[in-house]
Amino acid sequence: MRLQDIKVQLEAEQVAGSPRPELEIKEACAADLMSDVLASARPGSLLLTGLTHPQAVRVAALASLAAVVFVQGKEPLRDTLVAAEESGLPLFVTQLSLFESCGRLYQAGLRG
Amino acid sequence: MRSRGAGTRTQLTKLEELLRELRVEEVMTRRLVSVSGDFTMAQVKELLRKHRISGVPVLEGEALVGVVSIEDVTRALEQGEMGAKVRDRMSREVITVFADEPAVEAVKRFAHTKVGRLPVLDRGGKVVGILTPGDPVGRAFRVMDLRYREQEQQRWQQKGLGLEDLLGEGASLVLRFRVQGEDFAGAGKASVQAKRVLGRLGLDPGAVRRATIAAYEAEMNLIIHTRGGELTLEATPHSVVVEAVDKGPGIVDVEQALQPGFSTAPEWVCEMGFGAGMGLNNIQSCADEFEIESEVGRGTRVRAVVHLSQSGRKDRLNR
Repeated sequence: MRLQDIKVQLEAEQVAGSPRPELEIKEACAADLMSDVLASARPGSLLLTGLTHPQAVRVAALASLAAVVFVQGKEPLRDTLVAAEESGLPLFVTQLSLFESCGRLYQAGLRG
Repeated sequence: MRSRGAGTRTQLTKLEELLRELRVEEVMTRRLVSVSGDFTMAQVKELLRKHRISGVPVLEGEALVGVVSIEDVTRALEQGEMGAKVRDRMSREVITVFADEPAVEAVKRFAHTKVGRLPVLDRGGKVVGILTPGDPVGRAFRVMDLRYREQEQQRWQQKGLGLEDLLGEGASLVLRFRVQGEDFAGAGKASVQAKRVLGRLGLDPGAVRRATIAAYEAEMNLIIHTRGGELTLEATPHSVVVEAVDKGPGIVDVEQALQPGFSTAPEWVCEMGFGAGMGLNNIQSCADEFEIESEVGRGTRVRAVVHLSQSGRKDRLNR
């Protein structure tokens, strides 16, 4: 599934990072616990999280993830946006809940 | 300086290309501050000050009806009419740009009209963002910089150069970071920086990933549990060695600390998505060799070694 398709499925908007609409995403993971992300997310995955702290972006960069989605319409902190711009990591915000976001992406064929 | 002139020209051409390629929505600001016609000029003044901006679009419902800027506020101030409504003082002739237009169109519009901001509309006429004159070029330069970094990294990887080629056999590269205790805001910066450097050297990306995840967990431990310490990553042609050393307080029961889920992290850490008792386990599972020694009152030393894959740059992404 392309990053652009994910954006549409989640009615999300990109708030920082490189525009990469054609980037192919095969897997996703959802967590607020960053150690879980580091322990289990495979490289190239999409991260869905409610943690809008810069750590979410740093963890995603370290784990070589493809992009990050903040759920529940949470506004990222300024430092988070800066961290995303520095690493180029595409950052999205959706108004949907974590549950609803995962459900939609799963239904659209994305797996964890 | 002929060569330099040529370089600048190349960069300009690239910038132009990029401004044609990027769409307005990719360079605009999405966090939209707007007012309604009912606002007073005094309220507008406060809003502009608070957000440090020089003008805002005026919306009635979802429809764009005007723009009010710092110049309008200044004029109202001079005339002693700060209580006047925005709808009586705004500019009604608004120059806009569509979100799906190439960014270069916005640049042209700024050049031709001298306006200080362009509201961005979708094709349904709804305001979806705003552009200021520096946005398109500033953003294009950032994208250019990122792409350059990526290309540079690819070049290294394609050349298949190892660290031996860079440093000579027997030499190693050491990255050393001071980590402050409780510096949660800066947490992870050292590891992210290390990943960038090691990645640029063209080392096996899977190994770099494992080494820097281990470094990150070690860095978090220094921040959460100690008064600070030192984090080092040493890259040799065959491995990356991660070491975190602190001067206390030390771990009472190392066996217990290694149990998944065992945590002594304070609550403030847990609220930020950490302290789940997985840090040392993550380091262990990332590492090919792992050592920990600790003495209460003296400090802790954690050492993790990640082997670079034998085939050089062959990816071992899934550990």
